[in-house]
Amino acid sequence: MHAWIGFFSSFLASAVEVVEAVTLVLAAGVTRGWRSTWIGVLAATLTLVALVVVFGPGLQTLIPLDALRVVIGTLLLIFGLQWLRKAIMRYTGMKALHDETLIYQREVNELRTAPGTAGTMDWTAFTVAYKGVLLEGLEVIFIVITFGLTAGDMTPALLGAGAAAVLVTAIAFAVRGPMSRVPENTLKFVVGLMLTAFGTFWAGEGVGLNWPGADWAILALLAVYAVVGGLLIVLLRPRVAPGGKVVSQA
Amino acid sequence: MKYIVGFFAFWYDFIVGDAWEVAAGVILSLLALYLGIHFLTAGVRDYGAILLPLVIVVLLSYSLWRARGATK
Repeated sequence: MHAWIGFFSSFLASAVEVVEAVTLVLAAGVTRGWRSTWIGVLAATLTLVALVVVFGPGLQTLIPLDALRVVIGTLLLIFGLQWLRKAIMRYTGMKALHDETLIYQREVNELRTAPGTAGTMDWTAFTVAYKGVLLEGLEVIFIVITFGLTAGDMTPALLGAGAAAVLVTAIAFAVRGPMSRVPENTLKFVVGLMLTAFGTFWAGEGVGLNWPGADWAILALLAVYAVVGGLLIVLLRPRVAPGGKVVSQA
Repeated sequence: MKYIVGFFAFWYDFIVGDAWEVAAGVILSLLALYLGIHFLTAGVRDYGAILLPLVIVVLLSYSLWRARGATK
C-alpha cells in the first residue's frame, strides 16, 4: 500500500509544483528566448537530483529507522498541515486563490522590461528558470525523500514525481500558456490530507504508538482529516444573504 | 552573516511558514506522547492513537481560527 500511496502523493504534489514552475519557465522562454531558459531548467533539475542522491540513501544508512520516522513524520505532519491550512484558507476566501494567468502576465511584463545581457547567455532567463524550478522542486524533493525513506524504496515516489513533471510540462507546451484551469487548490487540499495522514502515522509509530489495523490506520486517518477539512471549509466560508451581501464568517 | 541568516530564514519559511503554532503544537504533542509512553504508562501506546489525530484536528482548527481573526 505504501508504494501506491507514495506514488500517488508524489504525483499530486509534483503536479501542483510543476504547474507553478512551468508558469515561470514559459514566461522566461517566451520573453527572453528558450536557450538560456532550458539551461536554467536543466541546471535546477540536476541540483534537485543531486539533493535526492545525497539526502536520500545517505540519511537511511546514517540514522536508525525509528528516529528517522519521528523526524520525517514530524516534518511531514507540519508540512502537510501547512498545505491543508493554506488550501482551506483559499477555499474560504481568507487567502487569494493562486492565479496562474495573473502570475504569468506579471512575470512577462517584468521580464520584458529587464535589461538584455551581452553574449550568448541570457542570465535573466537562466535565473528565473533556475530559481522557479529549484524552489518549486524543493517541496517535491522533500516529499519524495520522506516517502522514499520511510517506505525503504525511493522508486514509487520518484516515478510519481517524474510522471507529473512530464505530463504537466507536455500539457503546458501543448496549450502554449499558463495552466490556469488546473484545480490547483483541490490538488493542494488532497496532498495536504495525505501528507498529514502519513505524517501522523509515521511520527506516532516513531514515538511508540500502536496503530489499530497497522498500515490501514493511514486510510482511517485520511478519512477523518478529509471530513474535518470539509467541515472547516463549510464552517469558515462566509455566509451570503439572498441579496448577495456577506452576513457573517461563521 | 547575511547568508547564514538568509539560509535559516529560508528553511524556517519552508517548513514552519506563517503558522508557527502548528509546528510548535505538533512537536510538543509528540514529545508529550513519547514521555507518556516511555515514563508513565504503556496504555498511552493504545489510546494515544486516538489522542494524536484529535490533537492534530484541534491544532488545525485553532490555527485557522487565529488566521481568520487576523484577516477580519
